Amino acid sequence: MVRALFSGWSLIRVGTILVYVFMFAPVLVVMLLSFNSSQFGSFPMEGVSFRWFVALYNNDAIVRAFQTSIALGLLTAIIATTLGVTASMAIVRYEFPGKNLLNTVLIAPILVPEVVLAVGLLLFLQFMGMPRNFFLLLMGHVIFTMPFVVLVVQARLVGLRREYEEAALSLGANPLEAFRRVTLPLIMPAVLAGMLFAFTISFDDITGTLFWKPPGVETVPTQIFAMLRHSISPEVNALGTVMIVLTVVLPLSGLALARRLAVRRGG
Amino acid sequence: MAERANSVELHNVVKRFGDIAAVRQMTLDVPDGSFVTFVGPSGCGKTTTLRMIAGLESITDGDILIKGRRINEVPIHKRNLGIVFQNYALFPHKTIYDNVAFGMMYRDVDRETTRRKVRQALQLVQLPHVEDRYPKQLSGGQQQRIALARAIVIEPDVLLLDEPLSALDANLREGMRVELKRIQRELGIATIFVTHDQSEALAMSDKVVVMSEGWVEQVGTPEQVYNEPASEFVATFLGISNLLDGRISEADGQTLKIAADNGMDLLAHRQPDRPHGIGQNVRLAIRAEKIFLADAHAVDNDSILMDGTVRAVDYQGQAARYFVECGGTTFQAVNPIDRSPFQEGQSVRLRIRAQDVVLLDPARSGATASRAQTAAGTEAAA
Repeated sequence: MVRALFSGWSLIRVGTILVYVFMFAPVLVVMLLSFNSSQFGSFPMEGVSFRWFVALYNNDAIVRAFQTSIALGLLTAIIATTLGVTASMAIVRYEFPGKNLLNTVLIAPILVPEVVLAVGLLLFLQFMGMPRNFFLLLMGHVIFTMPFVVLVVQARLVGLRREYEEAALSLGANPLEAFRRVTLPLIMPAVLAGMLFAFTISFDDITGTLFWKPPGVETVPTQIFAMLRHSISPEVNALGTVMIVLTVVLPLSGLALARRLAVRRGG
Repeated sequence: MAERANSVELHNVVKRFGDIAAVRQMTLDVPDGSFVTFVGPSGCGKTTTLRMIAGLESITDGDILIKGRRINEVPIHKRNLGIVFQNYALFPHKTIYDNVAFGMMYRDVDRETTRRKVRQALQLVQLPHVEDRYPKQLSGGQQQRIALARAIVIEPDVLLLDEPLSALDANLREGMRVELKRIQRELGIATIFVTHDQSEALAMSDKVVVMSEGWVEQVGTPEQVYNEPASEFVATFLGISNLLDGRISEADGQTLKIAADNGMDLLAHRQPDRPHGIGQNVRLAIRAEKIFLADAHAVDNDSILMDGTVRAVDYQGQAARYFVECGGTTFQAVNPIDRSPFQEGQSVRLRIRAQDVVLLDPARSGATASRAQTAAGTEAAA
């Protein structure tokens, strides 16, 4: 018995489970404590309550940060996806000089440490004498979410036989119509996945945002960061729970839905 | 009476990929309503030529005309072509109806006309009841028919078929061959068909274009390219041929006597419009099924008879391919089997009729000759 328990594979299994517990237990604790009725987060919990969520809703600064984050995330997702899909089409379907270089440059932002990217962009803006504003924050987010879109969409495009587009063209569709009616629907799962990536990455980014945000503008992560500097309020737990739902549960259910739709169409 | 016009004309068309010539100086007419096949081994330039006509590949040099209009710079979506791809390329996210109707969106027709024409096309390919299904739900053969329907419903000027049968299994392929030909006849649409399968080429075409390494080796009817191969390549690519080198030893009216290098004396018919002098070196091709084998003691006064020994037998059911050694040369002979095939080691008598001995044209091996020149040029340059 004992020997079986400590044999190679079970040891690895136990180790893996412990690692996951170590990683996810704090998240679970945060989610649990957000429903705690007491002011001080400690176990055992005294009662279950939604008061911290209500407090969250009544906190103007947090609501504003939320609105900023959602607007920023949506705009980032739309812009990064549009640019990323176009760039992927160019790189996969056309030949032009400097193609490999462009591909590397597009992927580079996720290879460079985010702090370096953040400081670099900030210094560049100061050098140019530009004040920080929402537009520049948005562009910053687009730069480092686009590689994810490009990677996902490119992989799908490479796997998509060119003949579909050629067939559409031969039937009289111009290149734009062929893209809209044939290519785009066929790569749609990848486009949506890329969009979700872009939104979630933008939504919970803190490093770049801290450097780039104009004065007075807070996103949810920077707001939490600011709140933690004063005290650990249970409101933060509630906010954390909302963030987890938005960045984990939404994308996962979105993907599951997409998969179900794909299966049904495949019939 | 209007003159019979050409749907497609190629004038000295050249395609180069970097330094590699994929198609060299191709000139060809595809008459209205005809079925023209490009056949050759892979890499011979047949698909590249088709793609240039389609507009999927740029033209390095020369002109391509469709219905008399030069289309070198016309983009593919303005060429009005029907293309059937090797893997069908049906749009997986659209129903069969929407697939077939796709091209109609870009033509100036109302909804009712579209509906009627799509129905007609589906009727023509004998799949009228699959409108609402998706491509995945159809078999390979059915997808093939839908791809054809989608290509013809737009009433294209030319139908281009890129190895459309190669993805089907053997017995389905034979059926589709007949079917495709029937539809093409019914519509009277000029068709260019690309294949590497010689039997498809011979069975379906009005005109066969045999290609090799970017050269056109021979253009002719299936009978012409099969019975009168112009070059060694054509003789060996289509069917099985025995090649022999020899010298003309006697010329008497229509018949030539040829001393083959292996010591045999053969009779051959004079080729029209070509000089045949005594002493001239010639290369001969004899089809394997034109060498008739008989029992070792058979007597025949009208043909050349030679004694040989069967070295190997490739039994094929209704026929057999024999490898027969004769005068130091191994001949291949394909003969129908009468009762039981000849056995290995058996002595047989080969009968070769003068009319079946084809003299290959050393100059006309146009491709072969200029290729040798090119090769020599390249070597000189290097």
